[in-house]
Amino acid sequence: MSGSVERRPVRDGQAAAAAVAQAFREERAAVLATLIRHVGDFQLAEDAVQDAFASAITAWQRDGVPAKPGAWITVVARRRAIDRLRRDRSLSDRAERLADLLRLDAPEQSEMIEEGAIGDDRLRLIFTCCHPALEQSARVALTLRTLGGLTTGEIARAFLVAEPTMGKRIVRAKRKIADAHIPYRVPADEELPERLRGVLRVLYLIFNEGYSATEGEQLVRGELCSEAIRLGLLLAKLMPDEPEVWGLLGLMLLHDARRGARVDANGHYVQLDEQDRAQWDEARIGEGMHALERSIRLRRPGEYQLQAAITALHVQGSNTAGTDWKQIAELYGALAKLDPSPVVELNRAAAVGFADGPQAGLELLEPLLRDPALARYQPMHATHAELLRRAGDRERAVQAYEAAIALSANAVERRELERRLRGLSAG
Amino acid sequence: MSQYMLLLYAPEVNEAEQAQRETELPLWQELTESLQEAGLYVASGRLHAVPSATTVRVRGGDAEITDGPFAVTKEILGGYFLLECRDLDEALRQAARVPLARYGSVEVRPVMEMSEFEALYEAAAGQA
Repeated sequence: MSGSVERRPVRDGQAAAAAVAQAFREERAAVLATLIRHVGDFQLAEDAVQDAFASAITAWQRDGVPAKPGAWITVVARRRAIDRLRRDRSLSDRAERLADLLRLDAPEQSEMIEEGAIGDDRLRLIFTCCHPALEQSARVALTLRTLGGLTTGEIARAFLVAEPTMGKRIVRAKRKIADAHIPYRVPADEELPERLRGVLRVLYLIFNEGYSATEGEQLVRGELCSEAIRLGLLLAKLMPDEPEVWGLLGLMLLHDARRGARVDANGHYVQLDEQDRAQWDEARIGEGMHALERSIRLRRPGEYQLQAAITALHVQGSNTAGTDWKQIAELYGALAKLDPSPVVELNRAAAVGFADGPQAGLELLEPLLRDPALARYQPMHATHAELLRRAGDRERAVQAYEAAIALSANAVERRELERRLRGLSAG
Repeated sequence: MSQYMLLLYAPEVNEAEQAQRETELPLWQELTESLQEAGLYVASGRLHAVPSATTVRVRGGDAEITDGPFAVTKEILGGYFLLECRDLDEALRQAARVPLARYGSVEVRPVMEMSEFEALYEAAAGQA
């Protein structure tokens, strides 16, 4: 490194290791994103960045922590990439890549830090990882691996698959990016809306995977929620004029604020209106409301904004009775127009059941009960059971609860349904 | 620029439906011309029906010749386009324009460049 870089001396190895850990958390994705653009190969860039972080521990202990750790890692990673390219004979266009990298590594270039380009590189990386030519689960894994910095083992545990399986999935995706020349760029305007929807879907999948876990692997899966939110914040910073980006961020924050209150001390599921509000994260709710307001100001409604608005109304209502079910039912109606699906219809039926009484809800539910696609969908039977119970049709409510219990894959949910079924028989 | 092979697959249909497909010839001609104008076109071809296929295998030095295709599938390989595109996105955009994509499937496969197989050869020779 050149002498112009200011250094803070570090006496002990622990401080150097802490600085490396911090740089890893805060700068790895940006450095990797830039290096991928420079070397044109995910695997080579990832290996080189890994090498650079490994050598930072000894170098920073010896020479002090550089003033700009990210710039230090970028330069070292680029040199490691040059070394690896010189050794690796299996890359077809290595001569051209080497020439490009050596040019970038020239003294007058290495001092130049492309500040503006870093944001663009991370955006390129997001769109490439979420490219529709990759299988959905590979998009999720690659996004967590490259942008989130999770290890393959962590991703495998979070998605409950064997580590070698996850490893193969990631390697296959990187190979496809290289072999098929999946471009490393932000899509053109005409493709952007569709491609952005794909990116948001990946983030929401990551979030839901963490959120739907209520037992067992709670800790590692909770990290998925935090990671999805972190990526949502990054995307909002990089694309601040996209209302759906803010809408999804708001939705995730508002759900996440109540994550801790969903399970009681005994590991039992607690439904929304029985949750201890003291356990809700008020700061997170504030951040979520802020993101939602920002999305609304952009005046282009979308499905995530509507879902976030619905969640906000749930959070604001003090209990089931105090919740503005009429407005929630209307928002579900708007959502059904924008993105019709049986699941949205089901939620609308439940909301109407609270707004206008159980009979009105049951009427909306009627066509869904005949839909073969929903026959094995547990939440439909649970909603049906609740509406029947409130309508006073005890016999059919028992049948619906039993159907819902039989379809429950989640032990916590099943216990809750059994509790309600018992309450019905006792009452 | 890289080459992509667009492999065109479609299920076999009865004569009436086939006749309907044949009326789309002008659409195919338009597509070919527009690909040529855009400088993406390398080659294309339509294959005769599956019953015309013959499969050859050389085992133990003897050529074994059998009537029929290599694999019996529901969707049949009926033709191809070989294109020169900037990247996969451009190739996928062209694939969506093929008239057959509306009733069949277009498989997009990147073609290896000579330098890619030379690199594989060198890597294999290095290991041996």
